[in-house]
Amino acid sequence: MASSFTRMLSSRNTAVMLASLGASALATGYLMTDSGVTAEQRMKMYPPSADYPDLRKHNNCMASALTPAIYARLRDKRTPNDYTLDQCIQTGVDNPGHPFIKTVGMVAGDEESYEVFAELFDPVIKDRHNGYDPHTMKHPTDLDASKITSGMFDEKYVLSSRVRTGRSIRGLSLPPACSRSERREVERVVVTALSGLKGDLSGRYYGLTDMTDQEQQQLIDDHFLFDKPVSPLLTCAGMARDWPDARGIWHNNEKTFLIWINEEDHSRVISMEKGGNMKRVFERFCRGLKEVERLIQERGWEFMWNEHLGYILTCPSNLGTGLRAGVHVRLPLLSKDARFSKILDNLRLQKRGTGGVDTAATGDTFDISNLDRLGKSEVELVQLVVDGVNYLIECEKKLEKGQDIKVPAPLVQFRR
Amino acid sequence: MPFSNTHNLMKMNFSAEQEYPDLSQHNNHMAKVLTPEMYANLRDKQTPSGFTLDDVIQTGVDNPGHPFIMTVGCVAGDEETYDVFKELLDPVIEDRHGGYKPTDKHKTDLNPENLQGGDDLDPNYVLSSRVRTGRSIRGFCLPPHCSRGERRGIENLSIDALSSLDGDLKGKYYALRNMTDDEQQQLIDDHFLFDKPVSPLLLASGMGRDWPDARGIWHNDSKTFLVWVNEEDHLRVISMQKGGNMREVFTRFCEGLTKIESLFKDKGHEFMWNEHLGYVLTCPSNLGTGLRGGVHVKLPNVSKHEKFGEILKRLRLQKRGTGGVDTAAVGGVFDISNADRLGFSEVELVQMVVDGVKLLVDMEKRLENGESIDDLMPDQK
Repeated sequence: MASSFTRMLSSRNTAVMLASLGASALATGYLMTDSGVTAEQRMKMYPPSADYPDLRKHNNCMASALTPAIYARLRDKRTPNDYTLDQCIQTGVDNPGHPFIKTVGMVAGDEESYEVFAELFDPVIKDRHNGYDPHTMKHPTDLDASKITSGMFDEKYVLSSRVRTGRSIRGLSLPPACSRSERREVERVVVTALSGLKGDLSGRYYGLTDMTDQEQQQLIDDHFLFDKPVSPLLTCAGMARDWPDARGIWHNNEKTFLIWINEEDHSRVISMEKGGNMKRVFERFCRGLKEVERLIQERGWEFMWNEHLGYILTCPSNLGTGLRAGVHVRLPLLSKDARFSKILDNLRLQKRGTGGVDTAATGDTFDISNLDRLGKSEVELVQLVVDGVNYLIECEKKLEKGQDIKVPAPLVQFRR
Repeated sequence: MPFSNTHNLMKMNFSAEQEYPDLSQHNNHMAKVLTPEMYANLRDKQTPSGFTLDDVIQTGVDNPGHPFIMTVGCVAGDEETYDVFKELLDPVIEDRHGGYKPTDKHKTDLNPENLQGGDDLDPNYVLSSRVRTGRSIRGFCLPPHCSRGERRGIENLSIDALSSLDGDLKGKYYALRNMTDDEQQQLIDDHFLFDKPVSPLLLASGMGRDWPDARGIWHNDSKTFLVWVNEEDHLRVISMQKGGNMREVFTRFCEGLTKIESLFKDKGHEFMWNEHLGYVLTCPSNLGTGLRGGVHVKLPNVSKHEKFGEILKRLRLQKRGTGGVDTAAVGGVFDISNADRLGFSEVELVQMVVDGVKLLVDMEKRLENGESIDDLMPDQK
């Protein structure tokens, strides 16, 4: 049956709709009619200025970059999958931000978002990634772990080492936009590939929907389980829809290689172990990633990647390498030194509490990791963390002996 | 541009079966009614403004429900949703509204003269009386789907109309966005302020977008007539006062609503209404009258009677705690209101509340005196 209100998803009848709309009705701006106003009519009735968000209380990268002129040019554009600018920025409109923390404030719904809405994504990327210009600059990808030097930390200080990144499957929408079938397809593609991993990488998948209580408890005890997002930054972007459908956790039997499926990205890949052997952690990371890539390519899939943005992920903050390499390290004396923050800054490192991004440090143990994601390769970033953490440990040792420490010169951002 | 989280063309490359939601853990009206065949029939349709089936059901997919409370699990994004997706919504409506059929007609009656009595509920027991409903402005998308421009349009029209009210209804609008701290505190003290929804039932359907843009509260100077703009519906209209004079509350309610409606009509707008569904609102549970008329009443003895639940059922009333829909009663004080919304007129529903509460108070007095209430047991209405 086709009522007068019904339209088919695939047809876009703009010209006919607009022509049928009387000029006088347009002039008054509103309609008193029995049939519904179409989306196209609505676009005419409400110019971009009527829809422009109120960002006066906002402090995020999107709000800093968006202008009425940019909004006017981009509002009516759509990606091939029908994703809109309003959907990209919804999370930034709904979450004004924190006076001290500058969040990104926008997400991509698909690979094409970064291109169709480049006029807004580019300045946001520049703001977030130290002036990196996606238009002119190229991002280096390097997953050759053999290049890492001095990658074994003093385990008197370093308790654990970890490297994480994300990967998106080309051709399928990202978490803010994907439908259930697409999300299930992501799960199928990734889990099929993972089941092909062998040796120390062989492992098992646990879908969130049909996990047993025992399995769930084990995953919690291992600190592997992720839960439905509660952060409004994520829920406002639509990433929690249909939870827990097609979400899951895969890990190898040795519990040193872990994949999250359909959480904030199609996949999040984590290599970790207790102790200070960052080189081995990174080596497993690279090996695992390359193997998964080979396995999906065998079936005709590939990761989203291009030479300007590197690996494409949902949040612009994770473009490039999407890599966060870090350690849990004890620095009781250095952390109390007034120069600690400056040293971290110059080394391009950041500190977090050991509970993750929003937590405070307990005792003297910190999570220390790279600040940057885009413009430097994976090898460069991990080497930077290795060199930086080694330097921090040297400082700690010096302070133990009563010697003075030096603030290192700031590192160069990236090669132009 | 209307917002639509699930308006995604890629999904049409997959079969209906691949897209069908997993509802195995679910207990809401939508999950009870939806079938793979129905989903396949409706999945490629959209309303003229672009609202799809997935948009309708998203909140029900994301919120499986509670084993004891049956939520609706679907919302409308515009007036046409109820027509384009009637294959799903008609059975949901039938289930939720006591067997209301797709061919039934709903009667609207906002003439307070037709109410009998209602001005003499014993204030020793009835602490306060209140009637609320919602209204939607025809031609605009509803809160799950409206754009910022539309929402602001609704706000402007509402401010315009409300500012023309005079006499006992004369009042003031407080926009959420630029309220002063003093104003905010006063509204909290008056129990008027509404906050950004935290319920996942509302957030999952997109009603919290752009908060607090174009949201606000209007109330008259005597604080007995209150309008919420752009919360869960375009307008929520509330008449209330202390004591048991429900007749006065309902009279003000009807007069205020009628005045507001004519003010909107003067500017070329009408409320969403049709003779089958009555007033059209965002949630199917509020169709028809959208009316909840109730009192806060002291019933410490009756509420402990083994037949309390049965009495309420026969009177077509429901009980809540005085904190609202999800709260427990404190100190024997209950919120008693009509259970129905659709298929009865406004006058009929308020009559049920008035008559029912009168009876409950009589029962309370009997039990206080140690007397039986068996002869007072009502028939099923």
